[in-house]
Amino acid sequence: MTKIISPDEANQNSSFKSALTELLYQLADDDFILAYRGSEWLGLAPHIEEDVAFSSINQDTMGHAVILYQLLEELGEGDMDVLAHSRAPKERRNAVLLEKVNGTGTYLQNPNYDWAFTVIRHYFYTAVKKIKMDSLKNSTYQPLADAAARVSIELFYHMMHWRTWFQQLMLAGGEARTRMESAISQVMDEMEGVLTLGPKGQEIIKFALIEHDQTLKARWQAVMIPVFTSVNFVMPESMGMKSGNGRNGEHTADLESALAIMNEVYILDPAANW
Amino acid sequence: MISEKPIKGMMTLNNIGSEQEKELILKALYEVKDPEISSISIVDLGMMESTEVVGNTVKVQLVPTFLGCPALDIIRQNTENAIKAAVPSYEVQVEFIHHIPWTSDRISEEGRERLKEFGIAPPPRKLPETGIWEVDCPYCGSPYTTLENLFGPAACRSILYCKSCRNPFEAMKPLFTNI
Repeated sequence: MTKIISPDEANQNSSFKSALTELLYQLADDDFILAYRGSEWLGLAPHIEEDVAFSSINQDTMGHAVILYQLLEELGEGDMDVLAHSRAPKERRNAVLLEKVNGTGTYLQNPNYDWAFTVIRHYFYTAVKKIKMDSLKNSTYQPLADAAARVSIELFYHMMHWRTWFQQLMLAGGEARTRMESAISQVMDEMEGVLTLGPKGQEIIKFALIEHDQTLKARWQAVMIPVFTSVNFVMPESMGMKSGNGRNGEHTADLESALAIMNEVYILDPAANW
Repeated sequence: MISEKPIKGMMTLNNIGSEQEKELILKALYEVKDPEISSISIVDLGMMESTEVVGNTVKVQLVPTFLGCPALDIIRQNTENAIKAAVPSYEVQVEFIHHIPWTSDRISEEGRERLKEFGIAPPPRKLPETGIWEVDCPYCGSPYTTLENLFGPAACRSILYCKSCRNPFEAMKPLFTNI
């Protein structure tokens, strides 16, 4: 199909637009919520260099959410701050895996966060995101293809970062290995939710906005298997959506509490200019 | 200080009627500095994509270095203010564009020098096959340096250490489209 080069042109085809906005909400909501979960490690990361690095990664990721919400705003979906802050949990399209808390406790009280879970979640997600961005470079919606090319460049360093943590902790032995293996199975239980394009997937694929989710999944596995082999572990084949399909608006209480914290200041005065 | 070499994005300035105004706008753009690196202008940093005059409006297109950079709004405002001050009779429109990615090679030769002056090493010119960076210390010039942290205090910078003069320093993180 021919490229759609502008929001105006996209708005002339309602089924194209509906598939496009669905995909954009998935991509934007994924980055938005994971950037928040990442930022909850500020001051708590295993060492100070990681604190600096992880904060920088979260800032990049929130920047990616911004550019994606901006694409939605340009399509007439509403003000990007409202899209980010004021949509109810059931309207959110992020994968459930990405909304899950980092561990027990809260940021202010007994934050007993799980670094192994964080490393696995971020590494697996970033690898999927890189594959999606590379596929989106050929998207039929040109503004999305442009944004993807831009985001993809920054992901190079994120990938390097999480792969390093993954390999070092997996090869460290002892408690590290045990906790990493348990985190892998925890993340794989939800990983399908990151890869699925949701109920409008067929439409998204039909309009060639991105490639088929099965293609993306196979490509992701092809990227991950050699890394698993390098740490003497067999990558699990099965994956699921144990806590629900976020692309359908199914979410957990973890999303509600995260949004409540994130929106607290925004809701005080939505018109304020920060 | 205006570099002798032609700068990307400057060509369309020729559309402006008066030579004097063209000169004023150019000068103004060189006055807009990175808010966190006061020695380098946004022109030398390679953020400028185009500047043109349409009717009574000066339109500037900028390319963000990193998407999550919190300084972007400040840079937009400073650019607007600088041009308004230089040519008060014109309207000014500054926008960030995303269809052209910012890459390290957009930094001018002048810009590379200005970064060093601030204690920041310019980015490696290209990523060698090995993935190892060759970065000279901005203080003593020694190539005997190590990468301490890919991620630095700002999205665009990494933290390195010079084993010769034993100074920690920052380097611009290299970005290329083929990575």
